[in-house]
Amino acid sequence: MALLTMREALNQALKEEMSRDPTVFILGEEVGAYQGAYKVTQGLVAQFGEWRVRDTPIAEEAIAGIAVGAAFTGLRPIAEMMTFNFSLLALDIIVNHAAKYRYMSGGQIRCPMVMRGPSGAATQVAAQHSQAFESWYAYVPGLVVVMPSTPRDAKGLLKSAIRDDNPVIFMENEILYNLKGEVPEEEFHIPLGLGDIKREGKDVTIVAWSRSVITSLAAAKTLAEQGIEAEVVDPRTLRPLDEDIIFESVRKTGRCVVVEEGWRYAGFGGEIADRVQRECFDSLDAPIVRVTSADVPMPYAKTLEKAYLPQPEKIVEAAHQVLYR
Amino acid sequence: MDRKQALALYRQMLLIRRFEERCAQLYVEGKIGGFLHLYIGQEAVGVGAISQMRPDDYLIAYYRDHGYALARGADPRSLLAELCGKVTGISRGKGGSMHFYDVPAGNFGGDGIVGGHLPLAAGMGYGIRLRQTDQVVLSFFGDGAINEGAFHEALNVSALWDLPVVYVIENNRYGMGTSIDRASSVKDLYTRASAYGVPRREVNGMDIVAVRDAMGEAIERARKEKRPTLIEAETYRYRGHSMSDPGKYRTKEEVEQMMKSDPILLFGRRLMEQERYTQADLDAQDKDVLAQMDDAVEFTEKSADPPPESLYEDVYVRSPYIHLKAAEKDPAWRAAIREDRVPEKLPPWTPPAPREETPAQVEAAAGKAQ
Repeated sequence: MALLTMREALNQALKEEMSRDPTVFILGEEVGAYQGAYKVTQGLVAQFGEWRVRDTPIAEEAIAGIAVGAAFTGLRPIAEMMTFNFSLLALDIIVNHAAKYRYMSGGQIRCPMVMRGPSGAATQVAAQHSQAFESWYAYVPGLVVVMPSTPRDAKGLLKSAIRDDNPVIFMENEILYNLKGEVPEEEFHIPLGLGDIKREGKDVTIVAWSRSVITSLAAAKTLAEQGIEAEVVDPRTLRPLDEDIIFESVRKTGRCVVVEEGWRYAGFGGEIADRVQRECFDSLDAPIVRVTSADVPMPYAKTLEKAYLPQPEKIVEAAHQVLYR
Repeated sequence: MDRKQALALYRQMLLIRRFEERCAQLYVEGKIGGFLHLYIGQEAVGVGAISQMRPDDYLIAYYRDHGYALARGADPRSLLAELCGKVTGISRGKGGSMHFYDVPAGNFGGDGIVGGHLPLAAGMGYGIRLRQTDQVVLSFFGDGAINEGAFHEALNVSALWDLPVVYVIENNRYGMGTSIDRASSVKDLYTRASAYGVPRREVNGMDIVAVRDAMGEAIERARKEKRPTLIEAETYRYRGHSMSDPGKYRTKEEVEQMMKSDPILLFGRRLMEQERYTQADLDAQDKDVLAQMDDAVEFTEKSADPPPESLYEDVYVRSPYIHLKAAEKDPAWRAAIREDRVPEKLPPWTPPAPREETPAQVEAAAGKAQ
């Protein structure tokens, strides 16, 4: 095992897959000469050249569209969005083209591409640069949506995402780029659509993904001090969703909290709550509680930003609520 | 272009014309649903341009797409079946009028979002550069698309990176009901290429010979120099934007004036004046094409609707990198297959043998008609 940051783990995955398969290429803003806005693509242009690590103009619709068109002809593009906030300018390409051509063509076309970059809140960058987009993309049939929370998961899942033949939305997190963790040194990948238990516990299930896993683990530590053992379940992929790993945990604990960084209104946590209440109705000892961001645009001020986001205290409070404590 | 090829191109334009007329009829009969955008009047652009493509070149177009599929050799039976939502349709009844795909022929459709496919065309060109082949991409779109941001983003990167893509504006003067005069700040649409240093050319889109010349030059440039071109083909659609559009935003006189330079009429005249064909030769082509349409309708009527289970097919590609035990709770993953589907190849169309009629039969038929 090597101790790597998530940034380094992602960089390794890119490097390994580009070495393994000459049809893999990267394009995006500042991915080459600048070495990546968040340095995820560091060193790649020197190794693979400008046709495989392509600096683009600031033109997200073109970036996504070029990826889709190249994928149709058998290449494996990785389109980097500097952040997913800008992916809204490419949303038509992803929703109307990447996700639909296979269906509309009766199965003639495939779109083996990855769109990756940071999503979710950063630090004090306000409303247009601090948004969680998983619910937007997970809504769309035809897409695969991946959200890693550890360096190991990030590397293993990105390798699968690149090799997979479907369009994959791979959402990283700016706050997690410096998070360190153990990553196997030997070749490995993690299949998409397989969840993971990030902490075992018998009293309450906390479902969370991406940065919310880290927040939930912090909450679980506090809860443990109070004698409450929380189980933190990380689906890692939101579409397809490993619902069994969630159901098994809820059947064991009888209590369920769902944490997400997105807005509550029409957020993905509602999808999980719906499935859990239907499949685990007899096991539930309390209504499911959701912890989300506030239903407002992200504010700038530090104090308001803290109030906006799911915090460990809010998760602890939610756990108390489902445990009637 | 030799004499035989000229007749083949004439026939292709006629095939598109008769196909579209039959579509209009079936639409009125309620057998075709949804949106139906007819290509009548614009045939010389698609046929002329596509006749200059190589079999391994790529094509990606917009929703007025029947003509391209036919010109690229798709079987009218599969296309009509698609329009009628049959499982024998080229997209298995999943696409309809706006989504004719024929990937073995390098035809990637059929895009319903105005301008949305232009960055994809650039991406196909990028793929060609990366693989270092000498293929080219042809991309068709209407005058309405040039005001979309996607058009500008695609043109810029195509020039910036030398992508082998030929962009063809089919200027039929109206984006739905809005005349180009009310939508574009410049009247000569091809001049927009100058902003990006893209070679440009305008061409009379009603003249198939002119279209072939312009396309030949642009394709050559893309293949040899890897450079894009923007072509504006000035053309006209005789019908409304779609079947639901009565076209009240233009005068009858304007339409009639444009129909005087009908591409099929013009080229037919040329075949007679320069290629020693007779009116009877051209009429024989028409008769044959009409018989082919009858056959396509018969094929469609005999075809089955898509089976209900196909609803969930073709959303995903089955993949070893997906944990299927979990994913397969979703019916779209259960139905996913590893391979790509290929449209069914139908036996080639052969005209029915002419029936020998006795004078008595002819007389009897005439009697019935009275």
